[in-house]
Amino acid sequence: MRIVESSLDPADALIDTVHPPGTPWVQLLKAGQMFRIVDLEGNQAVDTLFYNAADLSERYSLLHTILAQSNLYLGVGTAIMSSENRPMMTITADTCGRHDTVGGGCCSSESNTVRHGLDKRFMHSCRDNFMLAIGEHPAGFQKRDVVSNINFFMNVPMTSAGRLTYEDGISGPGKYVEMRAEMDVLVVISNCPQLNNPANGYNPTPVRYLVWDAPVTVASPT
Amino acid sequence: MPGGCHWSGLLRRGNTLRVTARGANANVSALFYNFEDRGERYNMPDTLKIQSTAFIRKGLVCYSDMGRVLCSVADSNCAWHDTIGGLIDGPTVERRYGVRRFQEHRNDMFRNAHDGFLTELGKWGLGRRDLVPNVNFFSKVQVDDDGAMSFAPAHSKDGDFVDLRFEMNVLVVLASAPHRLDLSPTYAPPTVELQCWRSGTAGKDDPCRQAMPENRRGFMNTERYYL
Repeated sequence: MRIVESSLDPADALIDTVHPPGTPWVQLLKAGQMFRIVDLEGNQAVDTLFYNAADLSERYSLLHTILAQSNLYLGVGTAIMSSENRPMMTITADTCGRHDTVGGGCCSSESNTVRHGLDKRFMHSCRDNFMLAIGEHPAGFQKRDVVSNINFFMNVPMTSAGRLTYEDGISGPGKYVEMRAEMDVLVVISNCPQLNNPANGYNPTPVRYLVWDAPVTVASPT
Repeated sequence: MPGGCHWSGLLRRGNTLRVTARGANANVSALFYNFEDRGERYNMPDTLKIQSTAFIRKGLVCYSDMGRVLCSVADSNCAWHDTIGGLIDGPTVERRYGVRRFQEHRNDMFRNAHDGFLTELGKWGLGRRDLVPNVNFFSKVQVDDDGAMSFAPAHSKDGDFVDLRFEMNVLVVLASAPHRLDLSPTYAPPTVELQCWRSGTAGKDDPCRQAMPENRRGFMNTERYYL
């Protein structure tokens, strides 16, 4: 696990906003912009999807991402890949250590009934947030466009024997992950409202987003 | 289904499909969709999270994103079927094995699972928006403590089989191309045999249903769907 801090100053950010738990958030990021997600209170799951803003049928791909780096976990240096095997984002800073995507099915009311009990059908879920976000978006998204996502700040270790479990989070208050947009992307986030998962202490909490414009590069004199 | 080829079809609830490898090192990539509502499909993270596993084996089931059991693995002599290795695509086949075009090689050309899936999906009105993480029967991919993925060579042998019992009406898409992480320099996916029979759905005492409380609820969701 690599810890790398960012040199970007929140005072220079273009966007600086707090996202309450249990709600969706949609934002266009331009190529080159920097995007930071801050886990304000610790161990919050930030269920994230990326779409190519120019062609929404190109989207985040769990498999292309883990195969591109031949590693299950996301961290500094990870290229977040699209379904066309192109980099959408690159993680440039991270004070958490690693992030999950293999457990990234986003909690739905239907999967809650299976995992936690048939009486959990009416609990709020990430899938509800995604459905609301895409339902309100003018682009004509459908349910089929909701694919497996990234769970920032979640720790879902897989053993060599093939066991997969949710563990206590390795994140903490103020830890963050920062990434650079490699194309114009639409980011769609559910700040996970999961009340059944010990990983976030059964306590969904807010997260903070910051967006910076592409750093100005000055050509060195030749 | 000859090595490298692709197939799709409807497997109705209560039927079992046996996939048998007729050669070593088989890899059969598979995806499953609810036949009547193709927006409902195999969900890899839910399948893994619900059953606390990174792979599929006898006694486990494949979940849809709607909390229902698409199919159960009623039997298999192969202890590990991969869920995290994805599909081999054209550029990877070309890089690893070179180019073998139809013009010179006819049906012995090199094919890849990604294109095979898109070809089959197109027949049913589906496309790349519907291409989600798949299962790779007969292959094994492990990870170490740091998450590094590795392909287990020589994992499957001639005669290995898996019995998929369909608990819903399922559109099945299959491709028999090499595994994406298989570093063998020889393109030699073996033929796989497909057999189907009427088996009925999982009974009350079925091991897949009784494997864990989660699966009992998953089967209940499935049965409610067909009321």
